[in-house]
Amino acid sequence: MSLSRLLERLLQLIPVLLGVSAIAFLMMALTPGDPVQIMIGDQSITPEQEAELRRGLGLDRPLLERFFIFLGNALQFDFGTSFYHRRPVSDVIAERLPATIELSLVALIVALVTAIPLGVLAAIRKNSILDRLATVGSLLGVSLPGFWFGILLIMLFAVHLQILPVSGRIGYSSEVSTITGFLLFDTLLHGDLPAFGDALRHILLPAITLGLPMTAILMRVTRTSMLEVLRQDYVTFADAKGLPRRRVLFRHALKNALIPTVSVAAIETGSLLGGNMIVEAVFGWPGLGRLVVESIFLRNYPLVQAAVLLYAVTYVLLNFIADILYTVLNPRVKL
Amino acid sequence: MTVLLEVTNLRTEFSARAGLVRAVDGVSLQISRGECLGVVGESGSGKSVTFSSIMGLVRPPGRVTQGTIFFDGRDLRGMSPEEMRGVRGRDIAMTMQDALTALNPALTIGEQLAEVLVAHDETLPTGRAARRVAIKDRCVEMLGLVGIPSPDSRLRQYPHEFSGGMRQRIMIAIALACRPKLLIADEPTTALDVTIQAQVLELISDIRARMGMAVALITHDLGVVAEHCDRVMVMYAGQVVEEGPTEDVIGHPRHPYTRGLLASIPRPAMRGQPLTPIKGQVPNLMGLAPQCRFHSRCPLAEPSCLVEVPMLSAGPGRRARCLRLEETV
Repeated sequence: MSLSRLLERLLQLIPVLLGVSAIAFLMMALTPGDPVQIMIGDQSITPEQEAELRRGLGLDRPLLERFFIFLGNALQFDFGTSFYHRRPVSDVIAERLPATIELSLVALIVALVTAIPLGVLAAIRKNSILDRLATVGSLLGVSLPGFWFGILLIMLFAVHLQILPVSGRIGYSSEVSTITGFLLFDTLLHGDLPAFGDALRHILLPAITLGLPMTAILMRVTRTSMLEVLRQDYVTFADAKGLPRRRVLFRHALKNALIPTVSVAAIETGSLLGGNMIVEAVFGWPGLGRLVVESIFLRNYPLVQAAVLLYAVTYVLLNFIADILYTVLNPRVKL
Repeated sequence: MTVLLEVTNLRTEFSARAGLVRAVDGVSLQISRGECLGVVGESGSGKSVTFSSIMGLVRPPGRVTQGTIFFDGRDLRGMSPEEMRGVRGRDIAMTMQDALTALNPALTIGEQLAEVLVAHDETLPTGRAARRVAIKDRCVEMLGLVGIPSPDSRLRQYPHEFSGGMRQRIMIAIALACRPKLLIADEPTTALDVTIQAQVLELISDIRARMGMAVALITHDLGVVAEHCDRVMVMYAGQVVEEGPTEDVIGHPRHPYTRGLLASIPRPAMRGQPLTPIKGQVPNLMGLAPQCRFHSRCPLAEPSCLVEVPMLSAGPGRRARCLRLEETV
């Protein structure tokens, strides 16, 4: 991809982010509920104290003025102070972000390593029992609600069989000091293999729950595109060349069949962000998703706005990555 | 000349929802070493399926149900799929109609050329570096052979970076990489511009002469056959209806279908006059009665033609599937 094209794509980010900021800001402002009232709760304070509190949070100014202050600060990567934590929003988010990224990455890996082989097998053995099972399974995977499936997994593996933990990222006895915030990484950096195993056991169920819909979608995409590719002349020609079956299937067919899979995977990774909120709640996972849900209830405006912006940037970047991967896999396409 | 390929009574069927389609029905053919056999017939006559069957490339729901295929003394139908992979690409190679779809869009030309050598060529050195050099040299040599300019730098390019004629040449280079004894060229010129057609056919003829390989040239262009083939075989509705030396068959066709084909070709002498088409439609290949298949379209047809017609001798080295041959002498 040419540099100018890259620059163009990055410039396209600006209007998107402006729009997203406006929507995020307005949605919070228009949602009923007053953060000051929520903070006060049952305590009795004087109207002067309340006005003072409101001024301290900057909520006494007109809406438009607040929006431009928010924008101006956001441009300098200053997202304000979390009403609830009384600390910079960026610090609070940075604390929670690794847990969410880690969970999403593991979910993505789980989805890729199950979906692609299953999709390929289902396509090669079309109409076999395996194919039918995979098709029915993927239908279930798309339709099962994450919170329900997660609870089901917890009941089976944590409560009934007692082989996996119910919730959290790691057991108390295995905790290690933070280096990167990614526990699977940190435990390895400490050379603490039992702790790594413990973290892995903790992440397994939430990652499967989070990755399930994606697995289902990717499997179907891979199966369909593999079936399509296997009908192509170049596969017949590869067979006519007397190449080993392995090579025909994996080098000739799969490389082409993966083009749609990879694009869909990159875009679907964005949807993992949304799935995170539910899965983190079910599994008590201390990530960004749970933080955002809590913050919405507390009308913690600055934090929600910053998080929404972060989601938007991630989403756009993932689409961008999808485009790049597309050109890598498909030499006919130049961005 | 010794026989290279001998096919007897080949039958290939496709099971469709509505019933069994007999795409190839009782085809027998021979190709000698170094010979060029032209195979003509309209779309759906079974030309391509016949040769896919010979190469073991018929996919379900299709199946070869009957017949023997001997190639170079070996029984191809008795071979396992793995053994067939050793024959394809090495002893029998094939080019397809459209190189644009036959070449893999996601792999470089160099890779698609090299992989045939890797799969089949036992003369390559075993040392890693020496092997790579040898493979590259062979690839460059093959591209040079088919007339690709500066082959060295073009190995890293993808199919879409070549013109249609170039792609056809590349496909031929891939097919010829292991110096096969038989090349099956399935409509090698149909997808090409007229000017390029002649070049590609010249190339095949030229290489055939140099390598001494046999060629089965599948086409529906009788002009191409007249120019390049030693013998010709005409197919209709899954059967061979006439075969013999090219000059004899084209100069003096005996089967009414072959006559119809030749009559429907535009000629300069007939300028201004309407062409003579063969009236009627190709019969549906599903559940055909054992009788002459050309019957419904044949100008010579009589009620006595409604029986199964075998291939009958029609002169030296010639055979035709018609009961009224004495009327076409």
